[in-house]
Amino acid sequence: MNQQKPGEMLVTRRGLSDTAIKRLFVLPTIILLICINIFPLIWSLVLSFADYSAVRPHVEGVNPNWIGGGNYKDVLMDLHIWEYFTITAKYAMMAVAGEFLVGFGIALILNRDFKAKGVITTLILIPMMMSMAIVGLFWKLLYNPGWGIINYMLGLKEFQWLANPRVALIAVAITDIWMWAPFTMLLALAGLSAIPQYLYEAAEIDRASWWFKFRRITLPLVTPLILIALIFRTMEAFKMFDIAFVMTGGGPGTSTELIAINLYRLAFAQWNTGRASAFAYIILIMIIAISNIYIKYLNKAKEM
Amino acid sequence: MATVERAKKRVSHWIVIAIILVLTIVYLIPTYWVISSSFKPFKAVTAIPPRVLFKPEITSYIKLFTKRSIVRSDAEREERSAQANWYEKKVLKLGQTIMGISPFPNRLFNSIFVAVLSTVAAVSLGTLTAYGFSRFKFKGENDWLFFILSTRMLPPVVVTIPLFLMYRFLGLNDTRFGLILLYTCFNLSFATWVMKGFIDEIPREYEEAALVDGYTRFEAFRKIVLPQAATGIAATAVFCFIFAWNEYVFALIMTTRNAQTAPPFIPSQLGVGLVDWGVMAAGASIFLIPVVVFTFLLRKHLLRGVTFGAIRK
Repeated sequence: MNQQKPGEMLVTRRGLSDTAIKRLFVLPTIILLICINIFPLIWSLVLSFADYSAVRPHVEGVNPNWIGGGNYKDVLMDLHIWEYFTITAKYAMMAVAGEFLVGFGIALILNRDFKAKGVITTLILIPMMMSMAIVGLFWKLLYNPGWGIINYMLGLKEFQWLANPRVALIAVAITDIWMWAPFTMLLALAGLSAIPQYLYEAAEIDRASWWFKFRRITLPLVTPLILIALIFRTMEAFKMFDIAFVMTGGGPGTSTELIAINLYRLAFAQWNTGRASAFAYIILIMIIAISNIYIKYLNKAKEM
Repeated sequence: MATVERAKKRVSHWIVIAIILVLTIVYLIPTYWVISSSFKPFKAVTAIPPRVLFKPEITSYIKLFTKRSIVRSDAEREERSAQANWYEKKVLKLGQTIMGISPFPNRLFNSIFVAVLSTVAAVSLGTLTAYGFSRFKFKGENDWLFFILSTRMLPPVVVTIPLFLMYRFLGLNDTRFGLILLYTCFNLSFATWVMKGFIDEIPREYEEAALVDGYTRFEAFRKIVLPQAATGIAATAVFCFIFAWNEYVFALIMTTRNAQTAPPFIPSQLGVGLVDWGVMAAGASIFLIPVVVFTFLLRKHLLRGVTFGAIRK
């Protein structure tokens, strides 16, 4: 506390001291987050070393039965779990690539002055603010093979989207793209509108081609913001549960069994709490790694 | 030459506008379709080819809010229709009679109750914390802020495994209070980060002048900082409300009946008896109302919201 921010140099005589105020303002939040987020995580770290089921009676030595790293070994050796990781990675790639293409594309088109720009931008942003469970529900209605509007508009007769193991994952990813492309669009638009116009004017004088301007001016200047959007979406895609769970519940077969869905099943359907905790920790480490990269970029953007 | 160039530019401008309009319409079709389905007569929802023109009715909404049973005979129908009011008549036409209220209003109430209270808690605590971090020096300030944000990045399913055990131990499973506590924490990191962005923008000089004038630090916060942060607080609150309103995983796992909110309830109706898509669409449409309204209210702050206050523009 040797370095002080300017406001702190004033010593107030009346009322609480600055140090007291500082503690009073910040501590409740920290304590609450530790109680509700960190403490349970420590609890599950302990449980991840036990063969334990939350629905069976507690008998020390049997339930929980301390088996050391056995759960971690089981999870990492389980070929099914690797399959689910592969499915999740495929899903993340499809969803994030789609969100990039659609979102950036729409942003490029919208980045000009026209009447009702605000209204149209906001209308396109609405899906992003919806509940993922509700979005999943209504895309189920749109994908209905018999009378769904999607089959009708594309002229596909009775095409199975969600019951077909080959396309179910793509169908879920499309829903994700519809919902979250506006997110990429929003960040891309912010980047695009911050590009100083004189750069384009200078390029115009040099009779630069459209492609040249795009590659040398537009792209480098929006990249930081788009990168933030993509890292954030990647992280979210790895955590995806809601949309897929409502639309397919992991099926048909295991074709949309994302890691979060499998974890849910392991923990709350099979009640294999110990093993689920170990699996959860493996996922957690992955997510923390991605979120570290994300926050680093976010801090960089702040300094821009 | 110049006029040709200008005309060319105008034409290309209009072409782009046309593309934008088409794109917007395509983007809105899914939402429009669900909302329009909720106003369609029962058979029109699943009609092929899809019905674009139809006489809107609110029968699906009446069904959403009521429990019904089937009327067995024509005689019974006659008898009931004599004393039926307008909404009872609508379901009588379908050969049904209203038995009572469905669980939906209760789930909707839970959603509103939990979202409002958790928002108030998260925004109050978050504003205080943000002020603390904005104006005072901390040891390892960035580490603490990172810690706060990282709690938001945790996958809900991962966190719920131990939380479920903890809540069971404390008797908080399936209680509104338990859910409020959870959503408060879920939104607290967000509120802290976004509010810190807003408070950082308020010049310190005002407070310093107030302190010189003999205000205590707390008075300066209350009388100088809070009024200036009002817009920021409102925007943050709306975001928190929407997050809590939309949340699905925690509600799915931690609540079953008493405290269940609408997001897990609406899809769960898919499995119950004959699927009535009109009713489902009605539930989804009601659920979307605050989302659409708030998105328009928030449009100037959306960017800041989705980047946790990092990008302000």
